[in-house]
Amino acid sequence: MATKKLPFERPLIKKLNVGIPNKFGLKTEYDPITHIDGVAIKDLINQFGSPFYVISEKTIRETYREAKRAFTTRYPKVQFAWSYKTNYLNAVCNVFHQEGSWAEVVSGFEYDKAIANRVQGQHIIFNGPDKTEADIRKAIVNGSLIHIDHFDELYTIIELSEQMEQKPKVSIRVNMDTGIYPIWSRFGFNYENGEAWEALNRIMLSKKLELMGLHAHIGTYIMVPWAYGHAAAKLADLAVGIQKKFNHHIKYIDTGGGFASKNTLKGAFIPGSDTCPTFDAYAEAITSAIINSGIHPEHMPILILETGRALIDDSGSLIGSVIAIKRLAEGKRAMVVDIGVNLLFTSFWYEHKITPAQPFTHYTEDTVIYGPLCMNIDVIRDNISFPLLNKGDHFVISRIGAYNMTQWMQFITLRPNIVMIDMDGKPHIIRKGETNDSVTSQEVVPDYLKKITV
Amino acid sequence: MKIKKNIAVSETGFVFDPTTGDSYSLNPIGAEIMTLMKEGKELPDIQKFVLDKYDVDKATFEKSYLDFMNMIRQFHLTEE
Repeated sequence: MATKKLPFERPLIKKLNVGIPNKFGLKTEYDPITHIDGVAIKDLINQFGSPFYVISEKTIRETYREAKRAFTTRYPKVQFAWSYKTNYLNAVCNVFHQEGSWAEVVSGFEYDKAIANRVQGQHIIFNGPDKTEADIRKAIVNGSLIHIDHFDELYTIIELSEQMEQKPKVSIRVNMDTGIYPIWSRFGFNYENGEAWEALNRIMLSKKLELMGLHAHIGTYIMVPWAYGHAAAKLADLAVGIQKKFNHHIKYIDTGGGFASKNTLKGAFIPGSDTCPTFDAYAEAITSAIINSGIHPEHMPILILETGRALIDDSGSLIGSVIAIKRLAEGKRAMVVDIGVNLLFTSFWYEHKITPAQPFTHYTEDTVIYGPLCMNIDVIRDNISFPLLNKGDHFVISRIGAYNMTQWMQFITLRPNIVMIDMDGKPHIIRKGETNDSVTSQEVVPDYLKKITV
Repeated sequence: MKIKKNIAVSETGFVFDPTTGDSYSLNPIGAEIMTLMKEGKELPDIQKFVLDKYDVDKATFEKSYLDFMNMIRQFHLTEE
């Protein structure tokens, strides 16, 4: 009887550098990820190929409920609006809408998507600097909440209000100094220099627009909750001023998005999972600022949150395979995988957590992980202390639910399947992998270029 | 390829080069291969040993063996 052979691991020799800090950082993987929501990754690969995206519906709902609990236990009127740009796959949007989220959109394309997802017009927040006149007309007819970004937009809305029956429902986006850097002054009207008041005066004195609320979005991946406290306090101060000056009570304060996720930013010394503030910390800062403001308790506005990244990042994973193992001329280990920066846009600013999908030993090599693109910039991880994988092995890139499925690029390769695992552990394709046709069907070749003789 | 005579290889995968003072660590299969090399074994013997003991095909072993040899050479642990 033949004896069972032992699993093979590549032979490894590593120089020991005692007392020298390791620029490759600590080993981050201790156990393989073999299942997602109880479904074996092997089975998923057999069914959907490699690479592919996986979204856990369970994680989305759990994360959303955790965030909602943090705010609703501190403030009486809370409303989340799902940030479409973060992930506008219809299945994902609909999970959030089922949970009670409104839609927050920043383009006509996203607006139409929200309408197609059957979100009621009055529950769509229309942000962003680029709203066409046709977009604005549509939003006015549907009673959507138009967040004005600049004076040109404000004057367009005033002009349209004179032609239309419906009174546009508007808010202004306010930018401000909240004690953090950079200050996002490119969006909205400035608080400190009085520009926000100029816009508010113009709206109130026109008498043709209905001022619904005040909005701020102070930045992205904000790791200091107190900055939101400053933003909420400044918006509340404007609300008090509007009440005093025009006897008008705004309906809501919208503190936008920008909460950090547990991903680790490039150059960060401590992993994001250890430094990311909790939803409770953000909620405490924001709700305390509004409750402690001069707004009369009988007229407390609804608190709207446009949280994107922090609600969806954890639910997404990218599953891929090793294409090749190489040794670079300088002796560094390189691993080429079938996921490139075209599918993982966030690898430009995150050191993503990458975990083998099959058992491995505690031996690691300092490794650079390249994507499959024939481009030098296609680097998934510059330096990672990684277990010894072989060609054909699989791995999981975690926390990729935000932005990767909207900012991805059809570049060199086609975009693969996206699968959602439902609450019962059943996988569903929610976006089919592209074919050559998906790309070329939009192309038109002039007749004179159709004859080639190569 | 031969390992320098003065290189010490322990069973636990610790390698010491007395000429430079450098030390290295090996994973178990790396330690086995280094030990066989120290015993003067050549590629055919080492290959047979690995293929008999481990669940690996010839091509995969060969690729990883060549890479391992390159690293040993790069660390100046060989006589060549």
